[in-house]
Amino acid sequence: MKNRTLSELSQLLRDREVSSVELAEYYLERIGRVGPELNSFISVTGEQALSQAAEADRLIAAGQAGPLTGLPIAHKDIFCTQGVRTSCGSKMLDNFIAPYDATVVEKMQQSGVVMLGKTNMDEYAMGSSNENSHYGPVSNPWNRETVPGGSSGGSAAAVAARLVPAATGTDTGGSIRQPAALCGITGLKPTYGRVSRWGMIAFASSLDQGGPMTQSAEDAAMMLNAMAGFDPKDSTSMEREVPDYTATLNESLEGVRIGLPKEYFSEGLDSGIGKVVEEAIEEYRKMGAEIVEIELPNSGLAVPTYYVLAPAECSSNLSRYDGVRYGYRCEDPKNLEDLYKRSRGEGFGAEVKRRIMIGAYVLSAGYYDAYYLKAQRLRRLISEDFHNAFEKVDVIMGPVTPTTAFRQGEKSDNPVTMYLSDIYTIAVNLAGLPGMSIPAGFSDGMPVGLQLIGNHFDESRLLNLAHRYQQTTDWHRQMPEGVE
Amino acid sequence: MVIGLEIHAQLATKTKIFSAASTAFGAEPNTQACAIDLGLPGVLPVLNREAVHMATKFGLAIDAEVAHKSVFARKNYFYPDLPKGYQISQFELPIVGIGEIEIDLENGVTKMIGVTRAHLEEDAGKSLHEDYHGMSGIDLNRAGTPLLEIVSEPDIRSAAEAIAYAKKIHSLVQYLEICDGNMQEGSFRMDVNISLRPRGQEEYGTRAEIKNLNSFRFMEKAIAYEFDRQMYILEDGGKVVQETRLYDVDKGETRSMRSKEEANDYRYFPDPDLLPCVLDNEYIESVRKELPELPNEKKHRFITHLGLSAYDAGVLTGSRELATYFEAVAEAAGGENKLAANWVMGEFSAALNKDGVSLADSPVSAEMLGGMIRRISDNTISGKIAKQVFEAMWSGEGDADVVIEKGGLKQITDSGAIEAMIDEVIAANPAQAEQFRAGKEQLLGFFVGQVMKASKGQANPSQVNKILRDKLK
Repeated sequence: MKNRTLSELSQLLRDREVSSVELAEYYLERIGRVGPELNSFISVTGEQALSQAAEADRLIAAGQAGPLTGLPIAHKDIFCTQGVRTSCGSKMLDNFIAPYDATVVEKMQQSGVVMLGKTNMDEYAMGSSNENSHYGPVSNPWNRETVPGGSSGGSAAAVAARLVPAATGTDTGGSIRQPAALCGITGLKPTYGRVSRWGMIAFASSLDQGGPMTQSAEDAAMMLNAMAGFDPKDSTSMEREVPDYTATLNESLEGVRIGLPKEYFSEGLDSGIGKVVEEAIEEYRKMGAEIVEIELPNSGLAVPTYYVLAPAECSSNLSRYDGVRYGYRCEDPKNLEDLYKRSRGEGFGAEVKRRIMIGAYVLSAGYYDAYYLKAQRLRRLISEDFHNAFEKVDVIMGPVTPTTAFRQGEKSDNPVTMYLSDIYTIAVNLAGLPGMSIPAGFSDGMPVGLQLIGNHFDESRLLNLAHRYQQTTDWHRQMPEGVE
Repeated sequence: MVIGLEIHAQLATKTKIFSAASTAFGAEPNTQACAIDLGLPGVLPVLNREAVHMATKFGLAIDAEVAHKSVFARKNYFYPDLPKGYQISQFELPIVGIGEIEIDLENGVTKMIGVTRAHLEEDAGKSLHEDYHGMSGIDLNRAGTPLLEIVSEPDIRSAAEAIAYAKKIHSLVQYLEICDGNMQEGSFRMDVNISLRPRGQEEYGTRAEIKNLNSFRFMEKAIAYEFDRQMYILEDGGKVVQETRLYDVDKGETRSMRSKEEANDYRYFPDPDLLPCVLDNEYIESVRKELPELPNEKKHRFITHLGLSAYDAGVLTGSRELATYFEAVAEAAGGENKLAANWVMGEFSAALNKDGVSLADSPVSAEMLGGMIRRISDNTISGKIAKQVFEAMWSGEGDADVVIEKGGLKQITDSGAIEAMIDEVIAANPAQAEQFRAGKEQLLGFFVGQVMKASKGQANPSQVNKILRDKLK
């Protein structure tokens, strides 16, 4: 049962082989038994889940069920959920019960899914290892001593260990794709503006985007069908029709042009990963795709550009956590300044404070032009690279990460090496493009992801390419040991 | 003295600039603040179309360029009544560019004052320092209220000019119906930048900014105080410090709030939650078509078409409400424009003032006043009796015709009746009649007075004059 995808479970529900309540109970039991060891959940909402499941069963019985009705999922704890703690992995919001639902949560709920709980994450989505959570690190189910990646590490580990068949994540610089790669699952970061950011706690507003983390491309398509769409509450969401992403999964790959950026296959890439990616590309060639070498000449600028812009936005986005209206407030503040300093000093973790300081610095008078403005110009150059590439190819492929999952603690003392683990994913956010990670094999027993990058709003093509690959390979059906 | 003004006009939208919460004044604290206004995690702003519309109207009214693309930026600073830790404002690309405003000074002199820019921004909440046992309360009802900040060039040279400018903007925003102009409720607030420089010097002196003045009178006093203060410092050989000051209404003085060194670095940057505000020509032109007649156009029309003096036209167009009232009176009076102007500016305005009644609540409608003026012009009543009629109308005794009929105030125009009265008066005063005939012409006034008295003021004075002259020949 546990290795079933969303689409398989959906069929079982419709065939009345299983009820939604039974499914919820089954996965809640797994979360209770296997979950604590992985620490992939911050909150488990069993009672609410069972009542949602009972309602779903009523809908199924009445023949009013949609494809997602009754299926259990988990939300990354960055999405506001009405009446449920929404911590964003931070001590600052440990006591925060959201008074409203994020649009993603609302839409998923309308599609009939059952929320089992909220998954662990790096504090305010800042991190690549899930070691920056107030609720402790998450273990990678493939090797408990390694990290699951971040910031959506809890969602990735939970799906990989089949504690839940699918989950939501968010991706600002790779936070869906990198943990998906390290945990051997499928993760899709949609085009910026495709999924509403309303109620998704902001890290860097111009880069943040929510998306599905699943076992298969088909599941990701089902999830995206429910998540995507214009939201009048989010000015940056696009007023653009949402296609049925499941309808084009089986399109032929004959003549599809796949670009391989030579910058993504140069030094720094682990040879085991290089080999897996090359084999995956070979698979595509067999399916009729045309392989083209391309250039993304400004790739090397993506990480430094990102680490100016994302901290700049976060330094402002996180100003609201001041201990005045909600969230953590220090004991016995002596005066206003003391209230601010200690509430923020005690409520935020080290990485969050580091980025706030970097951000305040790059925006300050006298440094703005040299850092923020220059980074904005580089961002345009990076976007142009992709724009030029997409005149020659339909999709870009490469590795997701330079290495497989690293050991807990290995990079936590050196922020820059940690930042470099997002070297292949960050440019996609800067350009606002859709990107995907799918399981493509193993290196020394650890999962390796293949990255697919599409043109703006070309999610259908990415899902089509991913699905066809998953029809001829079974990497995505592999499960770690010890999660029985 | 060199002065520049920053005026914050609260835009009269129903809802806030980035949320759907109401902007109504006076509600219980924090009852008109939604998740967006409270700055909860995960909320996002959505720009209020109406606020953009109002800012566009203002820009067109001052002949400024309305930007095809303006950008919202975040002004970052910490304060308890600033929920997000930043204010959404416009910085590098404001919605309204350079424009100008003509102000009226004494003796019919006018002067052009440049407007540097006007930009949209959100207001902050309010900190309440009373009644919390040493703690402060926060009311976020006002947070997110749309403001249009109107920044003038440093073209102003005196308190009188500053007031004329501020009043002109105050009147303009009400003409445009984009601000209710209510100064007690804080809908119209002024910051004054003042510096001094010796005559002949080109470059400006160091300025001080007096923040948050909400009355023209306080602004006048604050400028006078600040002028003296800076003059003292400079005459003593000292230097004015660039700083922000507050005007203490009770003490009648300004005091320092924070100096430039303590000033925040606001770390402005474009707000990534909002797209640039893009307005095309078609939109801007459609707004231009909606513009009402503006004060200066109206004033000009009153002079050229209605034959009013520049002074009268200036007073009557001082507010859109008064101008509208006057025009209705003039129309009801059948084109007796000057008479209508005199009555509106004279008896009518005096009565409003005396009873502290607003124009909207006036017991005498424009139709009633115009109807009364028509009775003056058709000789039904004299100007003197008209005052009596007006008072009766004011105290609710009905319109002019009713009052005249009931009080028997109709002017006597029957020559026979007037002749009879005159004959009686002459007969009763033979000595004076003799003197008049002997050449003492100033006695005519005496006879007119006697006849008017006999007629209880109702005889037509010009007829009385004419007949008296004939009879006394």
